[in-house]
Amino acid sequence: MGLFNARRSHYVDTDILVVGGGFAGCGATYEARYWGRDLKITLVEKANIERSGAVAHGLSAINCYMGMRWGENQPDDFVRYARGDLMGLVREDLLFDIARHVDATVHKFEEWGLPIIQNPETGHYQREGKWQIMIHGESYKPIIAEAARKSATQVFNHIMVTHLLMDSARPNRVAGAVGFSVRDGDLYVFRAKAVIVAAGGGSHIFRPRSIGEGAGRTWYAPWSSASAYGLLMEAGAQMIQMENRIVLARFKDGYGPVGAWFLLLKAFATNAYGEDYEAAHLEKIKAMVGKYAETTPMPTCLRNHAMLEEIKAGRGPIYMHTQEVLDTKEKEEIGWEDFLDMTVDQAVVWASQNIDPKEQPSELITSEPYVMGSHATCSGAWASGPEDCAPADYQWGYNRMTTVEGLFGAGDTIGGSAHKFSSGSFTEGRIAGKSAVKYVRDAARNPPDVDEAQIKRIEAAVFRPLEHYRIYRNEIVAGSVSPSYITPLQGLQRLEKLMDEYAGGISTFYVTSEPMLKRGLELMRMLREDLDQLGAEDLHQLQRAWELRHRALTAEAVLRHTLYRPETRWPGYYYRADHPQLDDREWHVFTASQYDARADEWHMAKLPVYHIIT
Amino acid sequence: MPTFVYMTRCDGCGQCVDICPSDIMHIDRVYRRAYNIEPNFCWECYSCVKACPQHAIDVRGYADFAPLNHKVTVLRDEAKGTVSWKIRYRDGRVKEFTFPIRTTPWGSIKPPTDYRAPDAAALDSPMLAHEPEALMIDTLPSLPPLAAAPG
Ligand SMILES: Cc1cc2nc3c(=O)[nH]c(=O)nc-3n(C[C@H](O)[C@H](O)[C@H](O)COP(=O)(O)OP(=O)(O)OC[C@H]3O[C@@H](n4cnc5c(N)ncnc54)[C@H](O)[C@@H]3O)c2cc1C
Ligand code: SF4
Ligand code: SF4
Repeated sequence: MGLFNARRSHYVDTDILVVGGGFAGCGATYEARYWGRDLKITLVEKANIERSGAVAHGLSAINCYMGMRWGENQPDDFVRYARGDLMGLVREDLLFDIARHVDATVHKFEEWGLPIIQNPETGHYQREGKWQIMIHGESYKPIIAEAARKSATQVFNHIMVTHLLMDSARPNRVAGAVGFSVRDGDLYVFRAKAVIVAAGGGSHIFRPRSIGEGAGRTWYAPWSSASAYGLLMEAGAQMIQMENRIVLARFKDGYGPVGAWFLLLKAFATNAYGEDYEAAHLEKIKAMVGKYAETTPMPTCLRNHAMLEEIKAGRGPIYMHTQEVLDTKEKEEIGWEDFLDMTVDQAVVWASQNIDPKEQPSELITSEPYVMGSHATCSGAWASGPEDCAPADYQWGYNRMTTVEGLFGAGDTIGGSAHKFSSGSFTEGRIAGKSAVKYVRDAARNPPDVDEAQIKRIEAAVFRPLEHYRIYRNEIVAGSVSPSYITPLQGLQRLEKLMDEYAGGISTFYVTSEPMLKRGLELMRMLREDLDQLGAEDLHQLQRAWELRHRALTAEAVLRHTLYRPETRWPGYYYRADHPQLDDREWHVFTASQYDARADEWHMAKLPVYHIIT
Repeated sequence: MPTFVYMTRCDGCGQCVDICPSDIMHIDRVYRRAYNIEPNFCWECYSCVKACPQHAIDVRGYADFAPLNHKVTVLRDEAKGTVSWKIRYRDGRVKEFTFPIRTTPWGSIKPPTDYRAPDAAALDSPMLAHEPEALMIDTLPSLPPLAAAPG
């Protein structure tokens, strides 16, 4: 294509490649430099690491801090908490490993200048709840980005990574990654001895509640494109718990967080008639999930379930009674900062709808489902565990290496270890960073090699949407309706609709079943075929095209894992109408999938859940 | 709530284009000024608003749920280490808040290479950089070997 031969290819050779400059990626870069003083460490990011990722606004709390220095919590307490919240199914070795290191990360954040709020009486960090501490977090991401810039040999911003590169001699070994510049369209080929993928979780997999412009106000960032999963699955890495999608009960429309309100300010939620509805549903919940209903605190999904039952019974809207708790100026500031540091739109909802939280309550609602591994759910890669405490079945490589040799993950990327949040994702990045240095040292003798044919094949695929648009654009007079291509947004809306309707989105109150999931898979197959006919008008659209491909592969994994687990393990996240009970006898296991891209086949399996913490 | 750019204030410097995590602030070829090319992918993270030297960017609530005539404006001052917000309600009420953003100078983080290099053996220990001191407890917790047997 004449138009594109002006495109240049840049070949970058590096010892360690970090894909994604968010919390986990910055942690991986910092730690890899500490242990690998002489190594070349390259960080690649699709936007600008100063503000990229889920922490673009900042945050108002660090949600994972033990406080071992003050004897507040021990790592095993944290494992029990996460295990309870996930109805028994977590990688306890990975969680223990994060929990034992996370305090050191938080103390470094404070040393670097992150303002952590002090409790005036105790002089300890101000707790929000048992696990969370309050921060003035507007600049949280720029601070950790500074640490990453001071560690990386080179940071490449504005490079959208589309594929991982594999070793031509050994098919199950990673050899780097390929991407394109969203500024000038050049191709970038990174050849690396070890790759750490920290490209974050997935929003816009299910149809969002808000429409039109409001589609930008998803709870997880609209740029959380599930690339961590899309990149890994295409490379054949085994994934777990992809059915374990999260649904959030948040302030309606603005998706403001509720943690500080419930835990710190002690606000409470009621139905439209001022009744505390949770207790009323406890018996029915026990009938569904048995002993898990007695877990304290009540698991997140079960609290969602109670709220959903109220709304379905017509006793909504559900209200958070902010007016009952803002009795001092200081508490009012906490309430407002909670949003201004993290979800500014909630402040805009109040301003635009004349809601003063001191005078009237605000509505809560459950969101559409999202797919991630660092917040309160466990979707992500099956990773080798810490050498000193993981059961033998959980160890085959280096700590946080996936089932693909040389390919590491951290943050949303890694499955089975929810509740790590920002501090835990940075910490898991550090764990992966150190492991990658060890791997590079041990594998120094035979670095991977990449054949030109693989690069040429990938290059053709990367830019096909641009060329496809150029060819077929002339078929029509103007406008967006073409018989020969779909735009990335059209493809995304088709994906979101089929996931909403068949995989348990908001339109079915999160209910699905085998027949629905199978119909969803039929529609998904045709959509994935049509993705070869995506048309991209410009480089921005080309980025959206590849975000859609990563989301579509992730969505198919969600469908297949949801089908594979014939039980309702997390009522309030989703329901299998055909298997409404929790089934611990058969299904106290992880669901696993391995995608064979060449044959376009999925291999499902069960993996053992070991309880190493009593 | 997507962003918009005031024609008279923007000089086309491109800082908003560089910082946006969604790649949706772009320079208009005709006017040589920035604008939001994809409002339905704007998370209202305010990164562009904070980065704009001309204060040329503002935010209007998402059309599908935010009535007009409100303003939430921000001034982020790295030198003073604060961020100030001004919220103007639709009915005219105003609330203002200022919060600290950093306790140390920008650029002051000590790079990992400024610390004494760890010895090679430490690469095989479970400890991470700066541990155990940074944990502020004596030793890194580990699990008793028995507990590590498959459950
Ligand atoms: C609304 C919300 C509220 C939260 N509240 C809290 C809280 O109060 N406290 C707390 O501790 N944590 C909180 N979290 C969780 C925290 O933000 C995440 O746990 C953390 O950001 C996960 O880190 P990560 O590195 O896995 O993903 P991210 O930080 O999202 O980083 C992913 C990075 O990869 C980049 N990327 C993605 N795809 C590609 C690609 N194809 N090529 C190149 N680069 C790519 C992205 O641009 C981004 O920079 C919250 C998150 C959200 C969304
Ligand atoms: S940063 Fe401000 S002045 Fe510069 S291009 Fe963007 S809107 Fe215009
Ligand atoms: S508010 Fe955030 S997402 Fe929206 S245009 Fe500005 S930087 Fe981009």
